[in-house]
Amino acid sequence: MMKSTMTALALGATALAPLSALAEPVKVGVLMTLSGPPAVLGEHARDGALLALKTLGGTLGGQEAEFIIADAEGKPDIAAQKARRLVESDGAAFVIGPIFSNVMAAIAGPVTEGGAFLMSPNAGPSVFAGEGCNPDIFVVSYQNDQPDQVMGEYANSAGYGSVVLIAPNYQAGMDHLGGFKRTYEGTVTTELLTQLGQLDYSAELAQIAAFQPDAVYAFLPGGMGVNFVKQYAQAGLSGIPMMSSFTTDETTLPAMQDAALGMFSSGSWAPDLDAPGNAEFVEAFVAEYGRVPASYAAYAYDAVMLMDAAIAEAGTEDRDALRDALKTVDFPTVRGKFAFGQNQFPVQDFYLTEVVQREDGAYATSAKELVVADYVDAYAGACAAE
Amino acid sequence: MANLFLLQLLNGAQFGILLFLVAAGLTLVFGIMDFINLAHGVLYMLGAYLMAMFALSTGSFWLGLALALGATLVVGLVLEWLVFRRLYDRPHLDQVLATFALMMILSEGVKILWGSAPLNVAMPELLSGSVPLAGPLRYPVYRIAIIVAGLATALGLWAMITRTRVGMLLRAGASNRPMVAALGTDISKFFMLVFALGAMLAGFAGALVSPVLSVDPGMGDQILILTFVVIVIGGVGSVKGAFAGALLVGITDTVGRIFGPIWLKMVMDPAAAAQAGRVLAPMLIYLLMAAILSWRPNGLFGRSTR
Repeated sequence: MMKSTMTALALGATALAPLSALAEPVKVGVLMTLSGPPAVLGEHARDGALLALKTLGGTLGGQEAEFIIADAEGKPDIAAQKARRLVESDGAAFVIGPIFSNVMAAIAGPVTEGGAFLMSPNAGPSVFAGEGCNPDIFVVSYQNDQPDQVMGEYANSAGYGSVVLIAPNYQAGMDHLGGFKRTYEGTVTTELLTQLGQLDYSAELAQIAAFQPDAVYAFLPGGMGVNFVKQYAQAGLSGIPMMSSFTTDETTLPAMQDAALGMFSSGSWAPDLDAPGNAEFVEAFVAEYGRVPASYAAYAYDAVMLMDAAIAEAGTEDRDALRDALKTVDFPTVRGKFAFGQNQFPVQDFYLTEVVQREDGAYATSAKELVVADYVDAYAGACAAE
Repeated sequence: MANLFLLQLLNGAQFGILLFLVAAGLTLVFGIMDFINLAHGVLYMLGAYLMAMFALSTGSFWLGLALALGATLVVGLVLEWLVFRRLYDRPHLDQVLATFALMMILSEGVKILWGSAPLNVAMPELLSGSVPLAGPLRYPVYRIAIIVAGLATALGLWAMITRTRVGMLLRAGASNRPMVAALGTDISKFFMLVFALGAMLAGFAGALVSPVLSVDPGMGDQILILTFVVIVIGGVGSVKGAFAGALLVGITDTVGRIFGPIWLKMVMDPAAAAQAGRVLAPMLIYLLMAAILSWRPNGLFGRSTR
């Protein structure tokens, strides 16, 4: 079992705040997938949260804080057990997590019924965005469909008349292609559905070469994306623009390097986004962990900053007041601006991002242009919270 | 369409040759030593990681490749000496358990050493780029290099097995192990050699594909299942069988994935054909395996008496 406790000791905090010294520290569970091939995503989110805590001097809203890290192992049943333990035995008032939407469905109940708030740094499944919205769940990232819809919008504005779509043949793959098709108005030349964990994409690449579409849209997370992007460049297809979601980000770029340069995706944050505090966050992250943060890190960082501001405003005694504060409080976000919609999913700007090489030689995404401002997800209207 | 078909045939052959490099080592170890090594995929992964490390530290692809080959050979010898030789006389279930554990230990070890993020291996300048085939279709130079390297390895193995004394022992060991031992061959030294050779072949495959594929902790598991399919189709213990099986699997998978739906459209309506194609594509190689096993229960080149 991977579980380590990080107690943040704020030196001198007791002298400065004698009242809070008597109180129990605020306990926060950090529940991410930290093992198996997708572990790198969870590591980014965990590191983002820990960096925020360090920046805040180990406190949340002036109260001493303790972060308890647990590994969701990418398995919903195990994650649910660990969530229950975090909330019921360890007394966590917040759980930051998870990375994967299927894990989110499993831990939402144990966390919120146990009396804690769930703060998602990545997963934003539609089940919690519409009728199933829950006042104790705060999704700090985005709604899952949005990055694909934004790419569809961008493909329209870029004038791409025909696009080849490619994704693994499973539920998430269908969902992401569905999101793209919802907003894209041109012709979908063909949809290439590949096997999960596929190694060799030469057959698909040959088809793309034969079709010669205006652009390609891919959802190939993790190693699949690395395989595809490397082989894409080697097959001499670099002349066809490549758009994607969850394929070319800071977790996979170190393995893609030059092969991914100039490829497009979308996001509400990028390491070079011009927002107050963002450059400092990225610099501190690089210094601390030796890699450029991905969106998972930025959203987890934002989640902790949001918790800090809300606790400073409402304290931790009155749960209803804390919930209201989480919903409305202003906090220093690395995205420049941030607001929750009625379903506790963000209403935010989305940018086109392009893969670039930074001055220090590392590869990262770069915010190129605003595609949609104040984007509300498609499900928010069905949420009857309030 | 004919061009596309030829190109896919070439792609399939290339994928098959890659599978052969991994399968050759596994079939030797399985066939001659009667030893089920689930950790074989991890050796392939280790080859890729060592390649990434050496290529980065030396700045040269070729030097990295040479060092990675030597290092996987050493790893193979050490693992044989530390773990595997204790398992030869144990039942298969013990071997599966122990090598499965080793697989997890090595995967975790790789993560501790190199992190869980995928790594990059730069392609040598000489082998990058692509050559035009027909119309807009191009073929990457590096894939041609993989085909050449794989064929050269296959040829080398064939020459070793049929033309040298070691090869003679390999063939003898595959058909009757106790007899080889009775004739005065130091069987433990011989096993060590076979195992190290298998490990090096897997490592070579891993190092070779590292510029085209993602080097990550999950890469070994993905290839292991395909490799077992290959050696079962080809016949356990037969390098010739591994070669034929690997090509069959590579071509069936690649060509079937693309042309399956197109062919299905000729006999059924397009929507149903697309649906059926998607369902059938991941099953194709297993259907192939089932068909071949029902025709030849010991695989294409398997011996009938075991």
